[in-house]
Amino acid sequence: MSAFVEMNGVHLRYGGTGGTLALADCSLKVADGEFVAVVGPSGCGKSTLMKVCTGLWPASRGNVIVGGHEVSGPVGIVGMAFQNSVQLPWRTVLDNVMLPLEIVEPHRSRLKANRAEYEARAIELLTLVGLKGFEKKFPWQLSGGMQQRASLCRALIHDPKLLMLDEPFGALDMFTREELWAVLQDLWMARKPTIILVTHDLREAVFLADRILMMSARPGRIISEHKVDFPRPRTLETTYLPEFTEITHALRSQIQQARAAQAA
Amino acid sequence: MTTSDDTPVIATEEEITSPAPPPRPLFLDRARLEKVLPWIIILAFFLLWEFGSRVVLPLFTPRPEIVLPAPSAILPAMIEDWRAIVQNSLYTLETTLIGFAIAIVVGVAGGVAIGSSRLAYAGFYPILIGFNAVPKIAVVPVLVLWFGIGTIPAILTAFLISFFPILVNVATGIATVEPELKDVCRALGARNSDIVWKIGLPRSMPYFFASLKVAITVAFVGSILAEATAGNHGIGHLTSYAAAQFRVPLVFGGLIVTAAMGILLYYIAAWFETRMTGWATRGMDNPVAGY
Ligand SMILES: Nc1ncnc2c1ncn2[C@@H]1O[C@H](COP(=O)(O)OP(=O)(O)OP(=O)(O)O)[C@@H](O)[C@H]1O
Ligand SMILES: [Mg+2]
Repeated sequence: MSAFVEMNGVHLRYGGTGGTLALADCSLKVADGEFVAVVGPSGCGKSTLMKVCTGLWPASRGNVIVGGHEVSGPVGIVGMAFQNSVQLPWRTVLDNVMLPLEIVEPHRSRLKANRAEYEARAIELLTLVGLKGFEKKFPWQLSGGMQQRASLCRALIHDPKLLMLDEPFGALDMFTREELWAVLQDLWMARKPTIILVTHDLREAVFLADRILMMSARPGRIISEHKVDFPRPRTLETTYLPEFTEITHALRSQIQQARAAQAA
Repeated sequence: MTTSDDTPVIATEEEITSPAPPPRPLFLDRARLEKVLPWIIILAFFLLWEFGSRVVLPLFTPRPEIVLPAPSAILPAMIEDWRAIVQNSLYTLETTLIGFAIAIVVGVAGGVAIGSSRLAYAGFYPILIGFNAVPKIAVVPVLVLWFGIGTIPAILTAFLISFFPILVNVATGIATVEPELKDVCRALGARNSDIVWKIGLPRSMPYFFASLKVAITVAFVGSILAEATAGNHGIGHLTSYAAAQFRVPLVFGGLIVTAAMGILLYYIAAWFETRMTGWATRGMDNPVAGY
């Protein structure tokens, strides 16, 4: 397996000695084009893992390799989306989605001359997530679920090799969430970026991921992994399969153990 | 849900689709009242003033016209000296606006510099607070010492007094960019300047325009202060000159004109604010949000 993202024995302590040890001896490998979900008890360091993977926080110990290069600063070109969609209220939805193009090369220098082409691309993406006709609206004129769709588009517009999603659907109701699972799966199948998805929704993890990594309570590290082999595209029917429920249950009891271990 | 007829819990369709009409206004609806109320209050203020200085003040002092002349006494004085008032007002306006313009340039530049770097923020903030804490009236003599009596101390005082709110607000707007947003950009390989330019600055615009309203009024205070203590032109000079000659109505005339200019400039700044940063209020067109 050629790893696209690799963490080797990463420790991360926030705020100097005596600070919070968020990750301890955390190692993982994610293959190129793989869809991996990370689950674990709350506060175990999932968001931290994302920040370390993308080089937004330097690891205190251990190393991170992305695309064959050891990470020593923000990796660049990574698409990210978070639980709160953090759109820019002064920009239209379209301009929000196009923000990465103003930053990432080669789009950055091509954008001015090829604006129409890029806009078409953004609108195509917005159509894909069901936001056609909302390009000229402002994000605050959209519902939470719609903002989250826009935020997915923003994460994808520059065709990133790596997509980091930190509970992107966490604030949404179940119906919207399940709808967006399908959208995300479609996007992934069409473009095959490497995706690392943090979630606290085990069904979401099982539905979307090729592989699920389970983290221990803080300080977090990967304690187990589960392969999910349901054929793609998965549909809501998949979630009613007994195997689906089985995996979900297994994961749930493991998380409970991890939490109990912390409480003890 | 109850089934008894006399206590319906669920509103009928009709009740939902046609809300009760608002109570009939006596003679003005709320929006019109909002427009005229300031004028009514200003008028009431002057009437009260008139009453105070014509009726109440004479009970306490034999020469009320020197303590607080009535508006009806001030107006003739203003008309008599209208040329001096207009000339000096325009002069003060110009001085103020020049100082204010410098304050905008320095405030924005400084705000960007300080807001975009935590180190700069931590390092420069204390000394800036120190500068701001020095009463500007104490600075005017120093400026006069350096630049002589005249326009430059007034411009500089207006600048000194008004750049701080602008700087602080721009810096705050930039320094408080949501960390997630920064992460999104940095994960894309954004430079610090990209983040400031594309996110920090636009984001700080509501703060900036809000600070302009404060800054423009204090800029006035600054230039008038300098004119009054060490100028030979301007409304500040006019009032202190008139005061020295005991032409009290003219003094108050100058003060009134100053206040009027302050109000005018404030509303110009406010107009720009709503024009430029409508997004910050998220299109607050909710008819119920009447505050
Ligand atoms: N910027 C920070 N400074 C200091 N401590 C932090 C910081 N960010 C996170 N931590 C600490 O690190 C630990 C892990 O935080 P992290 O946000 O990674 O958890 P998480 O697994 O994402 O939690 P959740 O599931 O609630 O999102 C927590 O104990 C938290 O208090
Ligand atoms: Mg988190």
